[in-house]
Amino acid sequence: MGMTIIEKILARASGVAKVSPGDLVSVRVDTVVMFDNNFIPNIWREILKLDDPKKLVVVFDHRVPASHIPSAISHQNGRRFVEKFGIERFHDIGPKQGICHVLVADHAYALPGTVLVCSDSHTCSAGAFNCAARGVGAPDIMYAATKGETWYRVGETIRYQLEGALSPAVSMKDVFLHIADTYGEHANTNVEYGGPALGGLSINARRTLATMSAELSAEFATFEADEILLDYIRARNPAPFEAQAPDANAEYADVRTIRLDEIEPLVALPDTVLNNSRPVAEVAGERIDQAFIGSCANGTLDDLTVAAKVVAGRQVSPKVRLIITPGSQTIYREAVAKGIIGTLIEAGAVITNPTCGACSGGHLGVLGPNETCITASTRNFKGRMGDPSARIFMASPATVAASALKGEIADPSEFLR
Amino acid sequence: MNITGKITGKVWKFGDNINTDLILPMKIYYLTPQEQTRYVFEANRPGWADEVEAGDIIIGGRNFGMGSSRPAARSLKNLAIGCLLADSINGLFYRNCVNWGFPALEVPGVDAAFDEGDTAEISFDDFAVRNLTTGANLEGIAMPEQLLKIFKAGGIYPLLEAEGLIAPPA
Ligand code: SF4
Repeated sequence: MGMTIIEKILARASGVAKVSPGDLVSVRVDTVVMFDNNFIPNIWREILKLDDPKKLVVVFDHRVPASHIPSAISHQNGRRFVEKFGIERFHDIGPKQGICHVLVADHAYALPGTVLVCSDSHTCSAGAFNCAARGVGAPDIMYAATKGETWYRVGETIRYQLEGALSPAVSMKDVFLHIADTYGEHANTNVEYGGPALGGLSINARRTLATMSAELSAEFATFEADEILLDYIRARNPAPFEAQAPDANAEYADVRTIRLDEIEPLVALPDTVLNNSRPVAEVAGERIDQAFIGSCANGTLDDLTVAAKVVAGRQVSPKVRLIITPGSQTIYREAVAKGIIGTLIEAGAVITNPTCGACSGGHLGVLGPNETCITASTRNFKGRMGDPSARIFMASPATVAASALKGEIADPSEFLR
Repeated sequence: MNITGKITGKVWKFGDNINTDLILPMKIYYLTPQEQTRYVFEANRPGWADEVEAGDIIIGGRNFGMGSSRPAARSLKNLAIGCLLADSINGLFYRNCVNWGFPALEVPGVDAAFDEGDTAEISFDDFAVRNLTTGANLEGIAMPEQLLKIFKAGGIYPLLEAEGLIAPPA
């Protein structure tokens, strides 16, 4: 039998001809991404030797600018580390700031066919680039940074064959909610995305689905490489790479076809996205206090663009706080240049600097007791964005923007014909 | 932490899809590891962290530990939990169990085979699990030799420290 995309990348990186589900493999790591949480005193250990400083990327994103003294200390630890080893790919607070997975995309740090580690669970975001990328633990990062390798248990792969095209009011967030609702958790299983719909999907759209795959509890989430992807990478990173395609006789645990034109706007009810979504019409009318668009999954230029389209010339309900967080300073600048930020501000949105912010419940938009939020970010766990009694609904940026206008959960279709 | 021979302990049950925000909520992220233990399961089971005793055993259903990569396994280790047993353990959480040297075992059927308060016996020699209250026997999925070494060393940090790659705790 042949191999799936992820099996091929892992086989190559571990120097063997073939890997199969059930194998435990040691792999060579090409890219190590560290972020501010790695440098928090309760986790950080001073590194004495690095395998290769050129493999490292260091980003501050979870709490930027520092929101309290401990986060400021983690940034100081990080800066000292960067200085000590002369790390070039460093994204401090300033013009190169952003959420780590978004920066990996902006700069094409994740090359097709390679292995990238980062101790953030949404690292699978870089799977959109045909890269073996998944979240590991903070100690795994120390191991990879100092020894240049890591281990993986090879899981079975489920293939999602994407067909058709999205309707105007539907985004890949809705496609994700559909998959999570229909198929539930994918623990210890990889997901692979491909199919004829790919040609109609922007890199940003692919990234939303790849990033959200963490919420399926998938191991690796890997996209097929096509010309759109290869052009995107070559325009941003001159390094050589070899993309991996699945073998024709690859063995999958299941192959599932998703017809994009059959998907409608969905909303996940609070606490989990697994088997927990409803068509927006069924939840419409639910009053909200806060609406959030941002995170590594939905802070892209596409997301800001659609939000602006929905709110253009209209006003956010006075009872709602609409908070929008661009994923990186690069995206922020582009959105300013295109007038998108102006449109959002005129409508009453609050734009924050690029950071994890409200997504992680750390700062900038924490929810109070019994508040209701609709979010286009990554997680709606109980207590995720603030007080455990707060309810967090999840939807696409379009649905969140439409809800912010109406003061209650609302269908975006009327704004996006 | 004992990862050899047999251990026994009282069982606490938590069900499917337990996430790491429940084990280590963001609001206490910057506290010391010991302080963090007092907040374990605060949102879904207030007061539990004060009731649980050293050597007790946590039993989960499917996909235990889903969610973020935060060091939630370390909090369970610091509460001196004897072992985590679950029908399945989230891949990232399992890594963190290895990383921090916190014993965790996947045991298909374990959720159904135990009630809260039962006594579990776990053998780290053959990964057999027994419900001493009902007499039920189950087979755990063996921890791979390569990972068992890290578990037994107490996790990744002691290993890297011994090799001179990272500094001792500040
Ligand atoms: S934006 Fe949210 S999900 Fe993404 S890395 Fe930050 S905290 Fe994690």
